[in-house]
Amino acid sequence: MPLAQFLRVSKSFGTTRAVDAVSFDIGRGEFFSLLGPSGCGKTTTLRLLAGFEEPDQDGGDIRIAGVSALRKRPYERNLGMVFQSYALFPHLTVGRNVGFGLERRRVSGTELARRVAGALATVQLDPNDFARRHPADLSGGQRQRVALARALVLEPEMLLLDEPLGAIDEKLRREMQLELRQLNRKLGITFVYVTHDQDEALTMSDRIAVMDRGRIAQIGSPAEIYEHPRTEFVATFIGESNLFEGDGGARIAVRPERMVLIAREAALPFGYRFLPGVVEDVIYQGEMLRVLVQLDGNRRCSAALRNEGQLSRPLPWTPGTAVSIGWKPEDARVLADA
Amino acid sequence: MKPAPRWVIGIGGVVYLLLHLPVLVLVLFSFNASRYSVSWTGFTLDWYRALAGRADLWRGLRVSLTVGLLSTVVATCFGTLIALALARRRFPGQRALEGLVFVPLVTPEIMVGISLLVLFVLAGIPLGLGTITIAHIAFNISFVVVVVRARLEGMDRHLEEAALILGADELTAFRTVTLPALWPGIAAGALLAFTMSFDDYVITSLVSGAGSSTLPVVVYGMVRRSVEPTVNAISTIILVGTSLLIYGADRVARTGGPRQLRRIACGAARPRDD
Amino acid sequence: MTVRRRILGAMTRRPALGTASLLLPGGLWLVLFFVVPMLLMLGASVMHRGTYGGVEPGFTLEHYRRFLDPLYLQVLWRTAAWSALATAVCLLLGFPVAWMIAASRRHRALLLFLVVLPFWTSFLVRTFAMIFLLRDTGVINSILMSLGVIEEPIALLYTPFAVLSGLVYGFLPFMVLPIYASLEKLDPALLEAAEVLGARPAARFVGVVLPLAFPGILAGSLLVFVPAIGSFLTSDLLGGARQVMIGNLVQNQFTTARNWPFGAAASFAVMAVVLVAVLLSLRLRDRDRDPARRGSG
Repeated sequence: MPLAQFLRVSKSFGTTRAVDAVSFDIGRGEFFSLLGPSGCGKTTTLRLLAGFEEPDQDGGDIRIAGVSALRKRPYERNLGMVFQSYALFPHLTVGRNVGFGLERRRVSGTELARRVAGALATVQLDPNDFARRHPADLSGGQRQRVALARALVLEPEMLLLDEPLGAIDEKLRREMQLELRQLNRKLGITFVYVTHDQDEALTMSDRIAVMDRGRIAQIGSPAEIYEHPRTEFVATFIGESNLFEGDGGARIAVRPERMVLIAREAALPFGYRFLPGVVEDVIYQGEMLRVLVQLDGNRRCSAALRNEGQLSRPLPWTPGTAVSIGWKPEDARVLADA
Repeated sequence: MKPAPRWVIGIGGVVYLLLHLPVLVLVLFSFNASRYSVSWTGFTLDWYRALAGRADLWRGLRVSLTVGLLSTVVATCFGTLIALALARRRFPGQRALEGLVFVPLVTPEIMVGISLLVLFVLAGIPLGLGTITIAHIAFNISFVVVVVRARLEGMDRHLEEAALILGADELTAFRTVTLPALWPGIAAGALLAFTMSFDDYVITSLVSGAGSSTLPVVVYGMVRRSVEPTVNAISTIILVGTSLLIYGADRVARTGGPRQLRRIACGAARPRDD
Repeated sequence: MTVRRRILGAMTRRPALGTASLLLPGGLWLVLFFVVPMLLMLGASVMHRGTYGGVEPGFTLEHYRRFLDPLYLQVLWRTAAWSALATAVCLLLGFPVAWMIAASRRHRALLLFLVVLPFWTSFLVRTFAMIFLLRDTGVINSILMSLGVIEEPIALLYTPFAVLSGLVYGFLPFMVLPIYASLEKLDPALLEAAEVLGARPAARFVGVVLPLAFPGILAGSLLVFVPAIGSFLTSDLLGGARQVMIGNLVQNQFTTARNWPFGAAASFAVMAVVLVAVLLSLRLRDRDRDPARRGSG
């Protein structure tokens, strides 16, 4: 049985529908991400799950462990949450921050201290050093870990995370992404993760729900979403896609790395679909080389070719070269209307 | 920002001098042995000793402290509650309430005092300690609202939510998170309220009867009538007293000295018109 | 336990209840002891004057009409003019101070403290300090006489100069703090950009600093002008019988002259000026914030 279920849940603020008849399941132990641009409703969805917002009157049901959670306040739902701003209590030490939830459950004394120390150790903070400090004295990364420890110490069934890595610099962010994923695996806690960063979602998740303007555009594993985007939105939000008119007027998307480039004079191999074009630019990106091709009608597309030693074996494509650019039909994805 | 040019510092320095010189002179001459002339004839504490014997001053101090503490406690409670409502909740008539809180801050004191006098006279309420306290609570509420609200809006909105998800119900969250985190703001508001109350002359003089007088009212009489340095002496004591209070409160606050003061002063000195 | 549950239930199911209980004590107090008195004053201002003070029933606008007499308008005008002048002086003196504080790093805390301190100390005492300096037997005159510059004391007290000085002295910190707050937020990169573009110090000041400090200047001006208009103590102690401001006039009507309705009418005249000033400043602030309007600058 799924741990959490959204059944046609809607939430409006005034006349705006932030969440529009959204349905999905979250399985036990899964790392589930809500991904989308700002304003797509992902944070509202998370807050509905947490209990900070209530669905509209006729706005569906939210079930946790098979039971409707609609009447339950946040403190009755046994969830953990890490906020974007960390929301650490400024008047308490790190130790008392982490122990806050335990104190509410009347845990005290040595048990309290033991569990707090354990939680801090889990997030790689030395209890002896950090327990007595105040949030104001910590760096962003450290605060984030404390927020995590504070949620984890209660051993919730589900941990909600609202863009927790947004304010952290690049390098640390990558480390933390991997750490969070490992925590999910090790502790077996279900993670529900909100982000606008598609790389992040692809890296960490078991399944991703891509949201657009209050609706779910697609749910699937990272591979499914990337290899088989269903709509134009998903095809362009996750990675890049070249968009073309297919047979019968349908819209199709082809990933740049699936594109094939041949010199215009060369014979066209059988089984591909080709378009004539002129190379506009070649961009060196280290791992990949991007070739921008201008097609007729002022349209553009790009091919991503693997770098196989650009200095020793440079690409034959230079700006101005006439080429044929194409793809295999099985690499084309037919897009449904949004 | 780049250091200010010389001439700016020059003017600034002069202004600082002008700002503090009169008071320093006042204090200095409270120790002057000469009674009437301004020439220095020797150091003395006579004027301070003379103060000790003045029953009206002691009475005034007692009244000021009583009214001050009472009005501060009540105004701080009322004002904090209003600030919580304004900062954390949405309700119809919010604008009107903000106006209601803001208008006393821009209304001339003379008008506030007189209108209360009219009320008390028409309602047949005898003037005295009670009416003074009522008046002080009335004008202090606005000050507290401004300061506490400023602090609330600077607080992370998610603190209460974090408490809720960690298992605290709404009342517990308020008690264990909101209130403690808000405490510096409440303390600042209370300090402002007490100072405003302790220092008030205009409103108090209008709503106090013949018998009860606060310290400022007594001092006003002294300023009006006598030319003696006893006025200097009581002024010095008041100055030193309030300065110590401010300095002490600042130390106790522990959240970065004058920055806290500036925040208090700015929060208080800037009526909430946005 | 159940009482708590009941309260919690009520709070979450009907948040309006919680909001109401937050607003009720303070709101009620303000209504009873601020709004009602104001309304009483309004009522009094259109009633007849009582023989021994107080009011007598009957509607009349004579008091407002009387206020339009040049004698009283002059008082209003004088009050407004002095307040405006005091505001201008505070601006001229206060801006350099705010600048100095914003530009300093090591002494900023101390400088701020020294500006804020007068704000917290007794207004009455500070006004007395002015008296002590300005009166015929006061410090300034004594120094000048002992230096032989003058033979007789100059009348410094009970002059417009004294009132003006008192106003400036009393309200200067209110001007400094908001301007400081604005200047502190000023991004130094903006000035550097202007310099790179070839603007000289004066042009940088007028083109970058002043516009960005405008909200602070506006706030500070309001914080000086409004109390100045309604001020009583300064003109009472430093102005004597001749330099009458509206505040003194109003107080006089309620004490010596025993003409409550006229005093009330006069108060509302002041309030009108105050409200005009506040609304004007809000308008100016909103226009300053509106990017669409900026284009014409």
